[in-house]
Amino acid sequence: MISRRDFLQATAAASALTIGSGLGPLGRAAAQQRLTQADILRFDPLGTVTILYVADTHAQLMPLHFREPSVNLGVGEVKGMPPHLTDAEFRSYFKIAAGSADAFALTADDFISLAKNYGRMGGMDRIATLIGAVRAERGDDKVLLLDGGDSWQGSWTSLQTKAQDMVDVMSSLKLDAMVGHWEFTYGAERVKQIADSAPFAFLAQNIRDNEWQEPVFEARKMFERGGATIAVIGQALPRTAVANPRWMFPNWEFGIREDDIQKQVDEARAAGASIVVLLSHNGFDVDRKLAGRVKGLDVILTAHTHDAMPGLIKVGNTVLVATGSHGKFVSRLDIEVKDKQVADIRFKLMPVFADAIKPDPAMTALVEKVRAPFAKDLAREIGKTDSLLYRRGNFNGTFDDLICNAMMSERDAEIVLSPGFRWGGTLIPGDAITWEQITNATAITYPNCYRNQMTGIQIKEVLEDVADNIFHPDPYFQGGGDMVRMGGMGYAIDISKPMGSRISGMTHLGSGKPIEASKTYTVSGWASINENTQGPPIWDVVAAHVAKVSTVRIEPNTAVKVTGA
Amino acid sequence: MVLKSVEKTRRETLAMAAIAGLAAILAPRLSLADEQAVAVEIKKLYGDKKFESGKIKLDVPEIAENGLVVPVNVDIESPMTDADYVKSVHVFAEGNPLPAVVSYRFTPACGKASASTRMRLAETQNIVCIAEMSNGKLHMAKANVKVTIGGCGG
Repeated sequence: MISRRDFLQATAAASALTIGSGLGPLGRAAAQQRLTQADILRFDPLGTVTILYVADTHAQLMPLHFREPSVNLGVGEVKGMPPHLTDAEFRSYFKIAAGSADAFALTADDFISLAKNYGRMGGMDRIATLIGAVRAERGDDKVLLLDGGDSWQGSWTSLQTKAQDMVDVMSSLKLDAMVGHWEFTYGAERVKQIADSAPFAFLAQNIRDNEWQEPVFEARKMFERGGATIAVIGQALPRTAVANPRWMFPNWEFGIREDDIQKQVDEARAAGASIVVLLSHNGFDVDRKLAGRVKGLDVILTAHTHDAMPGLIKVGNTVLVATGSHGKFVSRLDIEVKDKQVADIRFKLMPVFADAIKPDPAMTALVEKVRAPFAKDLAREIGKTDSLLYRRGNFNGTFDDLICNAMMSERDAEIVLSPGFRWGGTLIPGDAITWEQITNATAITYPNCYRNQMTGIQIKEVLEDVADNIFHPDPYFQGGGDMVRMGGMGYAIDISKPMGSRISGMTHLGSGKPIEASKTYTVSGWASINENTQGPPIWDVVAAHVAKVSTVRIEPNTAVKVTGA
Repeated sequence: MVLKSVEKTRRETLAMAAIAGLAAILAPRLSLADEQAVAVEIKKLYGDKKFESGKIKLDVPEIAENGLVVPVNVDIESPMTDADYVKSVHVFAEGNPLPAVVSYRFTPACGKASASTRMRLAETQNIVCIAEMSNGKLHMAKANVKVTIGGCGG
């Protein structure tokens, strides 16, 4: 139970105002103004230590659109709490004006018109500019740069180079340490190879060899910055072996390992750390629970659930940072240390508006170089879209509808399943659909699009299992991303019910008839976690479909009825 | 070590059928996790004696990474002296056709009362651990282990 005392404080809802990130109850006219690079960087410095934090960039080197979710439901104790707020509720909580640059960056409604006004976000050369400016202001010896993971996967170039493009880029940014999740889908050998040779630390206190229980990676690293000792403890996604193919790292065990985090904290303090940071790919709700149970963490840098919040969330004496995804934001934390303890923290979520920030020329050149071998493929135009194509949302996204439509037609299936991944860019109406856009939504190391037979009861069991991974009231029992996307089938879900009784009203959309428990249906899907899955890679399936329809138009999807929220 | 024996775990069956593109053969659904069967077993051992909480650290994963080999660690708080020690520890799985999974007996010479094993769990269920102390006191701890088909992790 989260008590009132532990209640989440949007410290920055107040402090960000004073820092002047452009947040605040501005008038509509002022709200429409774009931010300048100086606005984005403006910060009243504090203390002697600065932590810069990015996460879940999903290998996006170039600026892009990424629409935040309009449906992001919390269950149990976190129902209605940030980050489970969207649109008007989110803006009201964090005091963001509708139509402002921050509203565009952080919420979903009015996305199309705001996208036209504010332009794309992210881009490694813009991120490099922000990082360089903060380092210049504070001095290299005061700044620590951390990456919360999911940085090596999500683009065609990262897939083709087995993450070498991202390793080169992050090394060039002088990254200090990172953790992992999708990184592991390059296989144990490749990840170890990079971890052993990269100039940054690859940390994971919670991965063990499953025979001897020996640590696979360094658990934590101590850094000296601004006269203070900072301990950074790494936490990989605890559910990697459940959420992704275990056969790719068959000898590794994960898990939360709360007691071991506590040991790391205690050892770090004993070794003289003034600041203890958990660099975590747990996901926000897991970290919020963990913050109330592990003692002595000053900061948890959260990731995995892609939440972007312009304020710190406080649980006891621990602050949680949610820095968003796809390179849209860089978080800055200034920390003041007194008597070997954290005395004060000041925070800003810096939005990376690509049009406002002058690209760093060296990084522009590096990005061009790593993309060059694939540039022709990436630019290849397959079709265009008349609809907004986005990914995020608990139950469906229009880009997933496109993928589902592609599987229905190209694989001649009655019902299709597409994983509830949270990554992949957003396209606005009129945009070309290039090979880059298709692979930004599909580039994984287990892409085969299978086709098989399933009974109604099996489909229900899949839905129930996935739903429990998202809506189990205890975050430690949650595992997945968003709900699996369905094509050709509708259903109702009561998210407040227990496992096994959330799903009802399953309907075969082709015939309008109820799904029958014992009847067999032809089903297609992709991203199977099983080894030797047969079928063409999903990007070829999507590209073939887009080429045929030429102009994509996605009708509103009303196939999922949600209650209990 | 006593391993649970079922033909195929639910995770495997579902994952195979649902995700992998193999022929769909639905294994017979296991009976629902049976709290009652565990209660019957415990009654056989200790009659109607009362159980206290505490003393037992039952360490199981919240979510099994591999239902075939779920690590179970038990650690009982005790000085393990001649006057005060843990006599025996029993572990039950509510979803197991034979719910008594493993029993350990200890003597003061053991030094500490801890044990590790791996269990095969076909579906989400509770693991129950009871410890009998040399003074006759009984302790109980329970933990839920989720067995899921996985995938879709975003």
